[in-house]
Amino acid sequence: MDVSIKNIRKEFQGAIALKDVSLDIRSGELIALLGPSGSGKTTLLRLIAGLEFSTRGSIYFGGEDASAKSVRDRHIGFVFQHYALFKHMTVFDNIAFGLKVRKKAVRPDKMLIAKKVYELLELVQLQGLEKRYPSQLSGGQRQRVALARALAIDPTVLLLDEPFGALDAQVRKDLRRWLRALHAQTKHTTVFVTHDQEEALELADRVVVMSAGAIEQVGTPNEVYDHPATPFVYEFLGSANVLPVHVRDGHIRLEGFETTIATHHPNGSHQTLVDGRGELFVRPHDFELCDERHHAIPGIIRMIRSFSGMTRLEIAVTGLERLITVEMQRNHAKESAALAVGARILIRPRQFGLFPSRSDSAAKSAEISQIHPHLRVIQDGAG
Amino acid sequence: MKAMRMTLSAAQSQSWFRAPSILPGFGLTMGVTIFWLGFIVLIPLGALLFKSASLGWTEFWEIAFSSRTLGALKLSFGTAFAAAMVNAVMGLLLAFVLVRYQFIGKRIIDAAIDLPFALPTAVAGIALATLYGPNGWIGSLLAPLGIKVAYTPLGITIALIFIGLPFVVRTVQPVLEEVEVELEEAAATLGANRFQTITKVILPTVLPALLTGFALALARGVGEYGSVIFIAGNIPYVSEIAPLLIVIRLEEFDVPAATVVAATMLMISFSILLLINLIQTISRRRFGRG
Repeated sequence: MDVSIKNIRKEFQGAIALKDVSLDIRSGELIALLGPSGSGKTTLLRLIAGLEFSTRGSIYFGGEDASAKSVRDRHIGFVFQHYALFKHMTVFDNIAFGLKVRKKAVRPDKMLIAKKVYELLELVQLQGLEKRYPSQLSGGQRQRVALARALAIDPTVLLLDEPFGALDAQVRKDLRRWLRALHAQTKHTTVFVTHDQEEALELADRVVVMSAGAIEQVGTPNEVYDHPATPFVYEFLGSANVLPVHVRDGHIRLEGFETTIATHHPNGSHQTLVDGRGELFVRPHDFELCDERHHAIPGIIRMIRSFSGMTRLEIAVTGLERLITVEMQRNHAKESAALAVGARILIRPRQFGLFPSRSDSAAKSAEISQIHPHLRVIQDGAG
Repeated sequence: MKAMRMTLSAAQSQSWFRAPSILPGFGLTMGVTIFWLGFIVLIPLGALLFKSASLGWTEFWEIAFSSRTLGALKLSFGTAFAAAMVNAVMGLLLAFVLVRYQFIGKRIIDAAIDLPFALPTAVAGIALATLYGPNGWIGSLLAPLGIKVAYTPLGITIALIFIGLPFVVRTVQPVLEEVEVELEEAAATLGANRFQTITKVILPTVLPALLTGFALALARGVGEYGSVIFIAGNIPYVSEIAPLLIVIRLEEFDVPAATVVAATMLMISFSILLLINLIQTISRRRFGRG
């Protein structure tokens, strides 16, 4: 079912959790709400569910205004981060709960309920476990029971709050793949909340990137990764080098340098460049090494690291406080003999984003998120 | 070599008795535990059984099954059971209100629940007797309706309700606090109404704690003396509780008779507690934690 969110605003005791958010979710879509903690993504999910009520704005389910409907009447399936299974009930009773509590007139008879439960058990691959109690199941199994329980009522929309948050890395990856296949099979309109960009990019049809109670960008995984709309999206999805630049007469120059890095607007758009100070966002793998000084940045290699098929360089550039991180294919790096610590090289951004300079405090927070690449090294290494 | 074998056998002899632990001091603390339990609980109870056994079977039987003893035991356990049942229901409600709602004066109400713990029971007994007596504030209102409270089992039950309330509230309250709001939200998303959520989700979750509270209130009620004797009127066969019968027999210097009543009470109480524990073990094994 289509879900349409129109100018939703949510305040908690004066604090604004959502700032007039609008979003259209198409029937059958798998959508990720992605953002750091405090970005309002869970609040938005709970508003769709009817577990919270908005201060202003409305929510439409298939063209019908559902804003005033209670959670019971919305017929949504909700999967909680910590499953919220009923501990005193067997797996069977947990899944059957939504059907058993229906009014007599619309309640299926016992045989039908049992049939439905066994169908769902097969769907979530938990056949034979119907007599177990939740405490006798692993985390991944509990998660699937929670999903089956939510699906039992044939929900109009399936909502998942950090569905894999409490699971370990390997189980998480398996379940992710499995959920993708399940969605392809059942075609439920699904919204899930996550702070894991990899999860969002791998799983979702469209990603909604949120920050500080507002939507930064909505798009397919490729769109949001390749063409981030804001500095926030650039840094939250993957990592990026932030270079201070100034623009004059259509030329982008690194702060303190005379060489022009580029003369066109980023990513092939034909907008004219606005003069002034700006920030250039370049992903580590969007740099290329070059031989001529034209459009190139000169630097000295400070560190070389190779892992899982790629090589990472840390390059010092005169006048820049931070090192520039460059990544390339490992076999590609082997070919160029010039790569050694202390060597002088020239690099050129192949693809970049250009945004007007933020205030000083914003630049500071950018600096903090620059720590990100290192965190990712650790994660990649472990996985 | 010999020393080694000895430590080895010591380690082996420990392994069937207790699981390995890095905490030192097991021998000392276990020793103190057993000594204390024996000194404070088991020796007095043993002496009681020993004393009553000195009578011989036929005499024991005669006293235990005399109509006066039976009447007192029936009254004690009956009123204690009724009071514990009432407390289980009302205590759960009170605990629910204290956990779930925020209101002015909540802390005062929370503290007031402990008053029956703190008050000397005789004071409570006198207060209740005055209130519910034929000329008391409440007693005089009930009398025209034909309801007699003082000097009847009803009065005893009221006194035991007063005494047992905090046991239920204080055992259920922390467990209720731990029931995740998410469980209720999950029930609501699945279409359950408030009533179904409470009866099918919340109640079963707090049931083990409620049983504990019920058992504590029951045990307290069975043994209660001070608050009851003033309101009971102590009419043999009607409103004479078993603990009072023991005191009466002691005052008559009939120690064996007193110990027979006491031993019978002990056995009944023990069986009830065992049964409640059994129910709890079964339900706990089912839910587990997770």
